[in-house]
Amino acid sequence: MKRFLRRNAAGYVFLTPWFLGFFLLALGPILASLYLSFTRYDMIGAPRWDGLGNYEYMFTRDRRFWKALTVTFSYVALAVPARLIMALGVAMLLDKGLRSISFYRAIFYLPSLLGASIAIAILWRQLFELDGVVNDVLALFGIQGAAWISNPDTSLYTLVVLAMWQFGSPMLIFLAGLRGIPKDLYEAAEIDGTSKRRQFFRITMPLLAPVIFFNLVLQTIEAFKTFSSAFIISDGTGAPADSLLFYTVFLFNEAFKFFRMGYASALAWVLLLIIGFFTAITFLTSKYWVHYENERD
Amino acid sequence: MAGLTLRNVGKSYGKVTVMSDLNLDIHDGEFLVLVGPSGCGKSTLLRMIAGLEEITDGTVQIGERVVNDLNASKRDLSMVFQSYALYPHMSVRKNLAFGLQNMKMSKVEIARRVDEAAQILQIEELMDRKPRQLSGGQKQRVAIGRSIVREPSLFLFDEPLSNLDAELRVQMRVELASLYNKLGTTMIYVTHDQVEAMTMASRIVVLRKGKIEQVGTPQELYTRPENLFVAGFIGSPKINMFSAKAVPNAGGATLDLADFPAFDVAGLQAAQEDVTVCVRPEAFTLGGGEIRTTGTILLVEYLGSEALLHTQTKSGATSLLQTSGQHDYAKGQEIEFGFGPADLHVFGADGNRIEITQTEGGA
Repeated sequence: MKRFLRRNAAGYVFLTPWFLGFFLLALGPILASLYLSFTRYDMIGAPRWDGLGNYEYMFTRDRRFWKALTVTFSYVALAVPARLIMALGVAMLLDKGLRSISFYRAIFYLPSLLGASIAIAILWRQLFELDGVVNDVLALFGIQGAAWISNPDTSLYTLVVLAMWQFGSPMLIFLAGLRGIPKDLYEAAEIDGTSKRRQFFRITMPLLAPVIFFNLVLQTIEAFKTFSSAFIISDGTGAPADSLLFYTVFLFNEAFKFFRMGYASALAWVLLLIIGFFTAITFLTSKYWVHYENERD
Repeated sequence: MAGLTLRNVGKSYGKVTVMSDLNLDIHDGEFLVLVGPSGCGKSTLLRMIAGLEEITDGTVQIGERVVNDLNASKRDLSMVFQSYALYPHMSVRKNLAFGLQNMKMSKVEIARRVDEAAQILQIEELMDRKPRQLSGGQKQRVAIGRSIVREPSLFLFDEPLSNLDAELRVQMRVELASLYNKLGTTMIYVTHDQVEAMTMASRIVVLRKGKIEQVGTPQELYTRPENLFVAGFIGSPKINMFSAKAVPNAGGATLDLADFPAFDVAGLQAAQEDVTVCVRPEAFTLGGGEIRTTGTILLVEYLGSEALLHTQTKSGATSLLQTSGQHDYAKGQEIEFGFGPADLHVFGADGNRIEITQTEGGA
């Protein structure tokens, strides 16, 4: 035990801030929210025990809950692949050995730094408005624009595009992954007459699988949790016609607009279970498609 | 099978020229070794032949075809990499078959060639393993197998044995040599190890700083090095080098080595005064030799069949002597040793060999 501590002491010291934050600030509210999810609580009176009432209402009677799920699932299904493909594409371009790679890396990462900010969401809204820049550009090509954000049929796609634009962090991870694939393998394949397409599918993809897996898990979790951009662009309501009613926006409104804290807590726990479920599925399937270099069998 | 011709080949990266005006003819069916210290351009040259690096100047011709603008895959060659470059996620069998699948070859033919290569290299029982389950030597065999299955007209090897331990290296050296004897295909082999070069090559090309220092058979390089660099690079233990003054006389020149008595070398065309005289360690005779001196043994390296004596002579210079391991020599012992005029290699101040037409002399 002593030796274990001595060997790992530095690690625990570095973990201390996280432990402090987790135990002092996060753990209490997390447990409280689990309790509150079984109550009715409006923040004025004391919470009243309601058993599974919140959950029953959610799954059987609340149509907006199902709408929020539909919007969020559609978004995850579109935005995660779109962002990952974009990230991989840019990473592969940068990996080709551009001269000022560090400059481009920073430039391409910038949207991800700005991405979560309120300012970008506001900018995004203006870009896609009826008289926004997007329509101005389309007009140059003679294409009639539309009110992308105020039309319920297209509003979600503007957010998918925003998600694509924020490809920075998975791109950096992909780039590191690509750098880790020995160049010799491509040269050997080149001499063997392997087409670029076959090199990509038979060498790059399999060897990048651990990184793809990592990015997929992280980005899926992130996408389920999307909040600020949806909140700003939909004026905090999920409008138009609930087409941007992201799960988190729905949850936020239940909590801080209608003060149904018990119900909002139940929603939060259901979201946790959903994310956990998809992460578990990804992990379980990974053994069929993720190959690790140092794996023992 | 095919020979290879390099004409005025040059390579520069931007303004930095690493190779220029290189000419070389590699004969059909030859085992040619490119050897030189690291940074001499041997790997670059091999990669230029392979088509992995562009050629800045000149032409590369394989057989009758100029291949300058031809893709690596169209050059009908295969290459074994230092790192083996095996696909880590594929079994040995798939590694061997991967290149053939690009060639739109029938499954039956692919299986036939893969099995044949496996048999030649004795890796049949490893076919379903992944590279990470193989030892270094086994990986090396698979990498060679991947070259063989394509039945190319030219094999390229880029330091293929340098990641193996010493014992395995010797064993693989023998196996590669016998593989060459079996296939008879032209092979170009890059190494920094002169022992590898000497033991395997039909001909050796010694490279330094992007220039060819000498081309020849192992014997030619050893017995008649054209310059000081080749003399020092080829041969282990390393050749002895002594500074000397050459004074022309009627029939040739008189050589004055600090620790040896001056002697006449007839036929030595020494136009320069400062020369370097080289003597191989095994050329010394202990207790004899026409031109002799005495020295103190600093260190004895006993190698079994032979022993190496590091000996200091009166000027403080050290000489390396190779002698039979049968004798007992001890540190601190005084010994007399010498060489004959026929054992000399003389190089001018410019490093180039000075010819000796005929020697006679003595102290």
